[in-house]
Amino acid sequence: MESIIERIKQGKFWHFHGGIHPPQQKAITAENPIKQLSLPKQLILPLQQHIGRQGDLLVVVGDKVLKGQALTQSSNPMAVPVHAPTSGTISAIKKSVIAHPSGLSELCLFIDVDGEDTWRKREICQDFTKLSQQQIINKIADAGIAGMGGAGFPTHIKVNTKPNINFLIINAAECEPYITADDLLMCEQSTAIVDGIKILDQILTPAFILIGIEDNKPRAIKALQQATKHIEKIKVCVLPTKYPTGGEKQLIKILTGKEINSGTLPVSSGIVVQNVATCFAISDAVINDIPLIRRVVTLTGRALSKPQNVWALLGTPVSYLLEQTGFTNEISEKKSIAGSPQPSPPVIMGGPLMGFSILNEQVPVVKTSNCILAPSKAEMPSAFDNNSNEVDCIRCGQCSDVCPSQLLPQELQWSAKAKDHQQLNQLNLFDCIDCGACAYVCPSQIPLVQYYRIAKAEIRQQQQLDIKAEKAKARFEARKFRLGQEKIAREEKHKKAAAARKATMNEKSADGGTASSAVAAALARVKAKKAAQKIKNSNEPLASSNEVTDEKSQVKAAIARAKAKRLAKEKGTESPVANNKEQTKTPAVTNNKTQSNVVDDKKARIAAAVAKAKAKKASEKQSPVVENNVSSEQEQVTASENTTTEAKDKKARIAAAVAKAKAKLKVMDKAQQAPTTNNEKST
Amino acid sequence: MAFWIASSPHNHSQAKTSVLMRLVIYAALPGIFAQWYFFGWGNIIHILLAVTTVILCEFIVLSLRNKKNIRKQLFDGSAILTAILLGICLPAIAPWWISIIGAAFAIVVVKQLYGGLGHNPFNPAMAAYVMLLISFPIQMTSWQPPLALMTIDLDLANTLSVIFTDFTKEGYSVQQLRTSVDGFTMATPLDTLKTNTGLGLTVFESMESSIFGKNFAFGWEWVNIAFFIGGIVLIAKKAIAWQTPLSFLLSLFICSFIAYSISPDSSASTMFHWLTGGCMLGAFFILTDPVTGATSTKGRLIIGALAGLLVYLIRVFGGYPDGIAFAVLLCNMAAPLIDQYTRPRTYGHQVQEKREEAK
Repeated sequence: MESIIERIKQGKFWHFHGGIHPPQQKAITAENPIKQLSLPKQLILPLQQHIGRQGDLLVVVGDKVLKGQALTQSSNPMAVPVHAPTSGTISAIKKSVIAHPSGLSELCLFIDVDGEDTWRKREICQDFTKLSQQQIINKIADAGIAGMGGAGFPTHIKVNTKPNINFLIINAAECEPYITADDLLMCEQSTAIVDGIKILDQILTPAFILIGIEDNKPRAIKALQQATKHIEKIKVCVLPTKYPTGGEKQLIKILTGKEINSGTLPVSSGIVVQNVATCFAISDAVINDIPLIRRVVTLTGRALSKPQNVWALLGTPVSYLLEQTGFTNEISEKKSIAGSPQPSPPVIMGGPLMGFSILNEQVPVVKTSNCILAPSKAEMPSAFDNNSNEVDCIRCGQCSDVCPSQLLPQELQWSAKAKDHQQLNQLNLFDCIDCGACAYVCPSQIPLVQYYRIAKAEIRQQQQLDIKAEKAKARFEARKFRLGQEKIAREEKHKKAAAARKATMNEKSADGGTASSAVAAALARVKAKKAAQKIKNSNEPLASSNEVTDEKSQVKAAIARAKAKRLAKEKGTESPVANNKEQTKTPAVTNNKTQSNVVDDKKARIAAAVAKAKAKKASEKQSPVVENNVSSEQEQVTASENTTTEAKDKKARIAAAVAKAKAKLKVMDKAQQAPTTNNEKST
Repeated sequence: MAFWIASSPHNHSQAKTSVLMRLVIYAALPGIFAQWYFFGWGNIIHILLAVTTVILCEFIVLSLRNKKNIRKQLFDGSAILTAILLGICLPAIAPWWISIIGAAFAIVVVKQLYGGLGHNPFNPAMAAYVMLLISFPIQMTSWQPPLALMTIDLDLANTLSVIFTDFTKEGYSVQQLRTSVDGFTMATPLDTLKTNTGLGLTVFESMESSIFGKNFAFGWEWVNIAFFIGGIVLIAKKAIAWQTPLSFLLSLFICSFIAYSISPDSSASTMFHWLTGGCMLGAFFILTDPVTGATSTKGRLIIGALAGLLVYLIRVFGGYPDGIAFAVLLCNMAAPLIDQYTRPRTYGHQVQEKREEAK
């Protein structure tokens, strides 16, 4: 590390492979100071302006918001809040086209500006050195700061790292042609930027702080050197101009000679890189309590009559910025001549090499928008070519000569066209940083980056599908396993049940009847007695006594009662009229039966029948005379039972029950001829 | 107002394949001029014949392949360059059908049958040259001596007459044209050297022959120097990679130097190897053909070195006096394999291993 500093002190740097020297075109805007624009009528704030997730909404349509008020809050570490750039009213929350290469629509807050620009309450921090590390990180997180260089990685995550940081690198390279936003910010706000660097120094405590700046910004270099004169730790490193020096990995290589392992973050090598505009935003947030609500945007290109750097509020539509700088539409003039509808000339957000053309003029400025480029046809003809001028690759290898990642662009191109994903991975497609150097130099004018983007998207999609398939497979396997387990368990259960059944059957044969059946019979007898007594005492309806919740027992009881009643009556009268009575009783019994049939519980019915049979058996045991008859009746009962189980028709079942009842009555009649009475038996 | 949607990068260096090809053609002009100066109109006539043929063939094949924008592809310069290189290589007084057959073969078989520009595994001009050399050995070895050594005045009309009728206006045959004052048939310096060393003469004795001139090879040395200058311009303009010619010339130099130091009697000097035959043309215009060469820096160095070695071996031990064409074709075959094994290390890959090795 010391040797690295020695080298830097001597003004020697390392090199990264490749790189290009496109025309700079920075002079268009570099000389004019940053202009403060008047407030636009409406602001469109996308909820998500960074890598990660969008925050949760805190406002609803119609709310009045003050400047700097948080509009979303983060519930996730990767979520970054957005703030109202000025005071006004939320007029809508709906999907709108955002700054995205594919012209996607995302949820946006529409703020009608009231023009008063009233601030929320602010707390100015006099001395940030008294703040704790966590307090500063919280302030940065609450201010909604995301990397302002391009990717928009949440800053509070980047600065919240383990303590052993060797190098804090401030990226002031601004290597893309045309863009001068950082350049002018450094010229005009060097003190604030250095404050931001000091704040970062306080959190990260790096061994050294290196500011990487290309030598095409002499004024900014001077301003930074002036501002960091008394700080030993900070080194302003003036680098030769070459695109893409501002690439994170390329800048690290130039300054430290280290390469960041593919697939890892610089922090794992003890390096943190922050954009210079982010440093300014940090100092604004921590010291002045101003959240990230504005940024410097370079408005440039020959299609603008007044190219200029401006302070643009986040959410300002591009149309407003173009209006302010005198945008002339070359093609629409031609359109009137040709008469055929043609799209407007390209308007690019970002630089000419990595920027993307925006879908329409409603696209708002977001945290990562550093430049709006409106080129004329003469200065950037390839941007106007709708038809690709692509011809076959002649393998000249100029692309691999300029590739900063040392890839083989022409081989990647063959594989991308052939959709050979395996080969693409082998050629390290995912180390491509989309810098566009290869496509810039390609004499065959092959849109190489476009091919890589498509291939990358396809591979990602395939990976997602693979993951999905893998999950589905795992789910299927788990289900198969579970079903298997259940099957085994079921078999086990069945085996046990079978064993139990066998055991009980053995018991039955041994005892001549199960204990439970004996108990049920006893219960039935007790109930029968009770019922008999009740009926003797009062003529209450049968239903009233049916308070038992259990249907099985209800049915059993009812049947038992009915039987008991009959017996009692027969005893009471002891007359030949009994037959008549029986006939009158039968409908009652059938009624009872039908009631129980409403429940439609076969088990209950079977149980009832069994109970009946048992009861009968019990009574018959006492009258050996009718034993033969009883056995014949039992057979009948079982027969009727079979019919009840088989026949689903209620009528059939009722008829069977009636038949059973009649059969029983007959048995009873016969039993009465015997000298012993039921009464005695039941007692 | 909807804007024009395009993919980044939006800017382009405005480099074009056709511009590149044209530059190579311009760079070949000094060499062609030197050829004209020393050997007459023959090669220019062959170049014109070949160019006409390739344009015709290219047009027919592209039409058959239902290609769009034929005009653009036809004049992208690649076919014309092929024709020019072939025309330069042919013996000046070879009959007219040689260049026509060669050019047609180069375009139809070697280039378009493999898929057209960028898809051909072999250098079309060299493949055609080898085909002609094997099929028509007499016509393809009927090299004439430099004009200054000839007894017959070979002006434009005479050259045309020889190429189209096999006889000059005065009725001299090709064979007679090649015969010097003393009745010996003249050949190229490489040819002469090979024959003489085969006869047991030392190199010094052979070099007495007038065909070698005062320095190394009368006429040929200037043609080679002219191509060398053109090549340097191409490298300066970054139209070709410097690795291939450098390693080729070095390799040839080293081989001939070793042989010359061991046995100066039977081996020609290093400069003789550099400045005779198609050495410089091969180094700067043929081997550097991007389509059929290696693409990585290391690969280019390997290809160049391999070609240098092959050229030397063929010149000294082979059956043919010069070996550029054969060496190029062999290297073309090896190029994909060399590319496969000379892939550069991608940024951020194998960093760990490198560090461990360093420790």
